[in-house]
Amino acid sequence: MTGRTSPIFGNLDWTVTPFTDVIQHPGSSTIVGAAAASILVLGGIAVLALLSRKGWWGPLYRDWLTSPDAKKIGIMYIALALIMLARGIIEGFVMRAHQASALGTLAQPEGGLVAPDHFAQLFSTHGTIMIFFVAMPLLIGLINFVLPQQLGARDMAFPVLNQVSLGLTAAGAALVMISLLVGDFGTGGWTMYPPYTGKIFSPGEGVDYWLWAILISGMGSTLTGMNFAVTIFKQRAPGMHLMRMPLFCWTSLCVAIMLIYAMPALTVSSAMLALDRYAGFHFFTNEAGGNMMNYANIFWMFGHPEVYILILPAFGVFSEISSTFSGKRLYGYTSLVIASMCIAVVSFTVWLHHFFTMGQSAGVNIAFGIATMVIGIPTGVKIYDWMATMWRGRVRITTPIVYLTGFFLLFVIGGLSGIILANPSIDYQVHNSTFLVAHFHNVIIPGVLYGMLAGIHYWFPKAFGFRLSETWGRRTAYLFVGGFVFTFMPLYVLGLMGMPRRSPTFQNPDFLPWMYLAAFGGVLMLCALASLIWTFWTSYRHRADLAVPGGDPWNGSTLEWSTPAPVPEWTFPCIPQVQARHEWGERKRAGDPWKGTAEYADIEMPANTAHGLLIAIAAFLLGFAMVWHIWWLAIIGFAAVPVLVVMRAIRVIEPRIIPAAEVADVDRRFRQLVASLPGATRADEETRRNRGVPDISEFAG
Amino acid sequence: MSENRLYPGLNLGATHGEAHEQAETTVFGFWVFLMSDLIIFGILFASYASYLDPMGMAGGPGPSDLFDIRSVAIQTAFLLIGGIAYAGVSLTLKYMQGRGKLIAWLIVCALLGAGFLFFEVKDFISAAGKGGTPQASGWLSSYWMLVGLHGLHVLSGILWILAMIVQIATRGVDDVVKVRLSMLGVFWHFLDLIWVGIFSFVFLVPLA
Repeated sequence: MTGRTSPIFGNLDWTVTPFTDVIQHPGSSTIVGAAAASILVLGGIAVLALLSRKGWWGPLYRDWLTSPDAKKIGIMYIALALIMLARGIIEGFVMRAHQASALGTLAQPEGGLVAPDHFAQLFSTHGTIMIFFVAMPLLIGLINFVLPQQLGARDMAFPVLNQVSLGLTAAGAALVMISLLVGDFGTGGWTMYPPYTGKIFSPGEGVDYWLWAILISGMGSTLTGMNFAVTIFKQRAPGMHLMRMPLFCWTSLCVAIMLIYAMPALTVSSAMLALDRYAGFHFFTNEAGGNMMNYANIFWMFGHPEVYILILPAFGVFSEISSTFSGKRLYGYTSLVIASMCIAVVSFTVWLHHFFTMGQSAGVNIAFGIATMVIGIPTGVKIYDWMATMWRGRVRITTPIVYLTGFFLLFVIGGLSGIILANPSIDYQVHNSTFLVAHFHNVIIPGVLYGMLAGIHYWFPKAFGFRLSETWGRRTAYLFVGGFVFTFMPLYVLGLMGMPRRSPTFQNPDFLPWMYLAAFGGVLMLCALASLIWTFWTSYRHRADLAVPGGDPWNGSTLEWSTPAPVPEWTFPCIPQVQARHEWGERKRAGDPWKGTAEYADIEMPANTAHGLLIAIAAFLLGFAMVWHIWWLAIIGFAAVPVLVVMRAIRVIEPRIIPAAEVADVDRRFRQLVASLPGATRADEETRRNRGVPDISEFAG
Repeated sequence: MSENRLYPGLNLGATHGEAHEQAETTVFGFWVFLMSDLIIFGILFASYASYLDPMGMAGGPGPSDLFDIRSVAIQTAFLLIGGIAYAGVSLTLKYMQGRGKLIAWLIVCALLGAGFLFFEVKDFISAAGKGGTPQASGWLSSYWMLVGLHGLHVLSGILWILAMIVQIATRGVDDVVKVRLSMLGVFWHFLDLIWVGIFSFVFLVPLA
């Protein structure tokens, strides 16, 4: 950046890439930066080449990018999340590698793999990516895929809006990704506290990348929350009373409500910071009446509900898998519903514990400390419910159960360290240390990551028609458990020894052994990532052996297991009439669950549209142009959104009709196939004999 | 389809059961959206209150220097009468009194909204002339953001009205357009609701 703004290119010029950095200042830090940018460029080129060579551009556009089908949108969300997860884990590893080599000396106080500024960018992007572009798309994707199927609905309430949400999230993710190649990212951590992130202390483009990524993807998440809530309230199948919904739907409802109420706070705090930076406002500056405490309060008004937004879908997944893989009915359904709703409500009353040390009176701190401890109660209820579900069940140690077991052991430790931190007087001692870093990784990794991976493993056959390899799935799960223990348990110790979080360097040699342990954990995490990718690849190669066309590979009890795998775009040939809480399980009890229907009707599906894609492109251009002060492009990007919306509104859009004959044909063939397949017993679950038709005499859920 | 599930006031026709169900879903979704929007305004109101002290004003111009309560009263009148005028749209829709009348009422609403905006912008310009720019203090930042965001909402409401007039002219008053007019009505009244809050807490409280 030369400091002058060009009318055409804004602040962009040739000096912004990491490649010019590495030429001007060769060193380990700039080499790491250039390597990351190279991976991005080469990866991009490889994907483009693959798409062109295989002739996949057409199918990609027609079947995926323009599809308003919630199931496909869900899969795209998860694909986006997994790509971002790869970057997040690699960044985590680089940070561990850096700190393991960052022991400073008197002669040379700074050391390590990367420069302090680079390190700060690493922890900022790592946090931003993991929260907003891994955890959020994972859970939103999983809900999109599962929720309509469990509710007995054809699709989301607003399919095209769903597409727009995905587009906005992807545009935000793309902004974070492109910051690897063009310019720098912010260095203020994932929370980007002002006044440090104001224009005076952070004049560059870094904070702006964060702001626009958050503003754009935050809009997407708000719209998603509305979509989920309306779907649950209005699109349930006849007879699917609220208290008959599977637990995953309940936690989705909690998430939806929390998204609707919490995301606006993030939008406001980010918009205020943007106004401070772009227009010289004084919300959070040091002078002229600015007050940064308002940022802390508004941000965490979003931030704390956010962590429960992340964890509740995982709790939903654990409720489903603990029951299915134990062959038992879920213990304490009503208490789990109440506990989920309690968590959702109480999560809005604890935000202040994120800044106990920032000047409130003791009384205020105590009130929020108690609220924080109270939220542990419904969470504890849930843990006991799941354990009681598995108690004396016929538990199969499948991949999801490995994740669940890891979750039981580790999440409880993380929860207990949270109770410790909830005490303000203890918080004063350990706040801002790696103890805190260990705590929140200890709840988010075993909670969110394990839960989501367990969910992906569980529902994968429904999406693609074949199971994932259990052997590799379990190996991945063990690696994630081991990787977590080695990476983060040492950070508890380091925090108690007094090591501040986000330190680019340290001078105490006693820290070093723990640093090495944590770095070893980082290696295990990389192995886990590789193993996860290998699980998908090897399962794809053996997809014929793992195929489960019968659609019910785990002998489940909820409606989504009544359809073929992969599930057709219309999901249900006719909307089911629900009579019981575990509808599919009750049908198994009653005898022949696959009994066909006599009558089929035409099915209306929303027509494919490029609306979401175009809005995503406009939003990305707007964000990128604002980051680099390319005002003409920003105006175009901003104006394009309402123009696109109005242009779509003016046209009369006809739905796509799938004729009854086609539905009947597909459905009859599925029912014949099911009748021809032998029922697989529990013992055969992981073998070739499991073709997705279980032995229903074994059903006990 | 039982009688009590008909969506009120839209005249979608007794035979269109599915249209009523769709209308219910869509309008409910819009209410949820407004709920989310209301949170944004709620946080902005709270911020405004927190900056409304000598610290937040930081020696810059204060409410008594900048606010012209007469102009604010005129704006209030424009906006609230605009809200009443939307009843014309709703009643015309309910009793199917023709496209021309529908468009006429929409234009009345848009004009009243534009009148509101004219006086609001005039106030902003005069405040800026007296040194009351948003760059002057934290309190003025929050004032401009809160009142300005409401103004932007009114502007988008007017643009929405224009878009609806185009739709009525091109595609006629079909079920989709009726549902959209119903949502626009909810939005238009929502703007009045926010304004009542702004009028009371932003203008009257500091002057009292």
